[in-house]
Amino acid sequence: MTVPKLELRDVRKAFDGTPVLEGIDLVVRPHDVICLIGASGSGKSTLLKCVNLLVPIDEGQILLDGEDITAPGVNPNRVRERMGIVFQRFNLFPHMTVLDNITLAPRKVHGATRDEAEARARELLGRFGLEDKADEYPDRLSGGQQQRVAIIRSLATDPELMLLDEVTSALDPELIAEVLDVIRDLKSAGMTMLIATHEMGFARDVADRVCFLDGGVILEQGPPAEIFARPREERTRRFLQRIVEAGRL
Amino acid sequence: MRASRSGRRGPGLFRSRRSGREEGARAALVAFVSSIVFLVVVGWVVLTSEAWPAVQRQFFSWGHLVASWPAVLGGFWLDVRMFLVAEVLILVIALVVAMIRSLRGPAFFPLRALAVVYIDFIRGVPIILLILLLGFGVPALQLPGVPNSPLFWGLAALVISYSAYTAEVYRAGIESVHESQRMSARSLGLTQMQTIRYVLVPQAIRNVVPALLNGLISLQKDVALVFILGIREGVREAQIYTARTFNYTSYVAATILFLLVSIPVARFTDWYTERDRRRKQAVSR
Repeated sequence: MTVPKLELRDVRKAFDGTPVLEGIDLVVRPHDVICLIGASGSGKSTLLKCVNLLVPIDEGQILLDGEDITAPGVNPNRVRERMGIVFQRFNLFPHMTVLDNITLAPRKVHGATRDEAEARARELLGRFGLEDKADEYPDRLSGGQQQRVAIIRSLATDPELMLLDEVTSALDPELIAEVLDVIRDLKSAGMTMLIATHEMGFARDVADRVCFLDGGVILEQGPPAEIFARPREERTRRFLQRIVEAGRL
Repeated sequence: MRASRSGRRGPGLFRSRRSGREEGARAALVAFVSSIVFLVVVGWVVLTSEAWPAVQRQFFSWGHLVASWPAVLGGFWLDVRMFLVAEVLILVIALVVAMIRSLRGPAFFPLRALAVVYIDFIRGVPIILLILLLGFGVPALQLPGVPNSPLFWGLAALVISYSAYTAEVYRAGIESVHESQRMSARSLGLTQMQTIRYVLVPQAIRNVVPALLNGLISLQKDVALVFILGIREGVREAQIYTARTFNYTSYVAATILFLLVSIPVARFTDWYTERDRRRKQAVSR
């Protein structure tokens, strides 16, 4: 059995005494695409930020390639170099062109020359149909284009793992598809991904495994066909029922 | 967009609340005529008052203006050079202090504490006291290898004092950048210092340019404070002339010179602030 790409062991996190994660156990194997679903405030975002070490955990362990990244003495910058995270709001740097946004980390963190970084950035922009936007500033792009650039920015450092935090939630409906297409493309390229999402149709379509977060734990997980068609837990059933009623599945 | 904009045409001198070209022209005419009437009335009151000949002799004597002008202008040129040197140093030093103060995490506590102590201490001391302390105090020590010129230490006092205020201006700018920007940068693997340097500071500076320009106007006049060290800059030259002739026109000469520089900078600040405000509104349609 291969070492998991990412493993969470009994991860706990509270904010000012309010528990958000109450013992998360999760195994992500290489090339797995895992979708985290659950109500707002169920801790999906917090979980991703913990994995990226943007939020320190209170208890438990997070292992990347079998190596404990939450141990004391681990340099968080070295860990973050190995994974990409994309947030709900696009968080591009407004004072930089698209090209500079993408090449900043490769140049400053990974030591690439400007020429190398720009060649790679243009290649990625081309792959996702944004080659003509290289010299634009973010505020000239649509929300969907901005979010695609944010994904490309994360990809530019060749991460081993991508964390996607509700990347379509802030988008107008007609712009969601173009972003989801990018993620499908990444899946077919074999990228390991942990995705927090409200897009149930997309989760059913793209996930190898779906995890339902509730009350700070992963209440139920399994292949999407199983979770969406025959949820074992009553709470999962009720959550999915509400989604269906809202016309989102 | 256009309709709402033409309603308030910024903080110009001739502000009109109505819109339309004709209304604008009418408003300008009214403003012009009323200004002329106002000036004529004030001028008449002043010039016909009994005290005017004495005031004119003491403050507005053409002969004294011409006689004192070369010395005052020469001194003022020193003010301008002091200002330029000090401003460059202040903008750089203050930025470094603000960046240090913006570092997070327990490991940086000593550096952060140092920055806070410096800012608090310096802002609590009158600038004139700092100038006296350094300008007279340090040269009196006759330390080997340390400059002994009052000019050097007077300037140093100005730079030390203004850097503390300016650092706070920068810090306000850094804090005004949204937290998600810091998080995005950190998630890409950038260190704290890289995040501050490449992501936060460039956005911060844009936010605080008007405040920095305001500090620039203030410094442009405050350089004259080093006159107290006996340095023969503009105000000192004017004082010397007055002491010799018992006529104050030389002070008016110095006043004119300072205004010639500071008023254009003030107008530029207003223009820049207004342009920036419009741009921001245009982006956030």
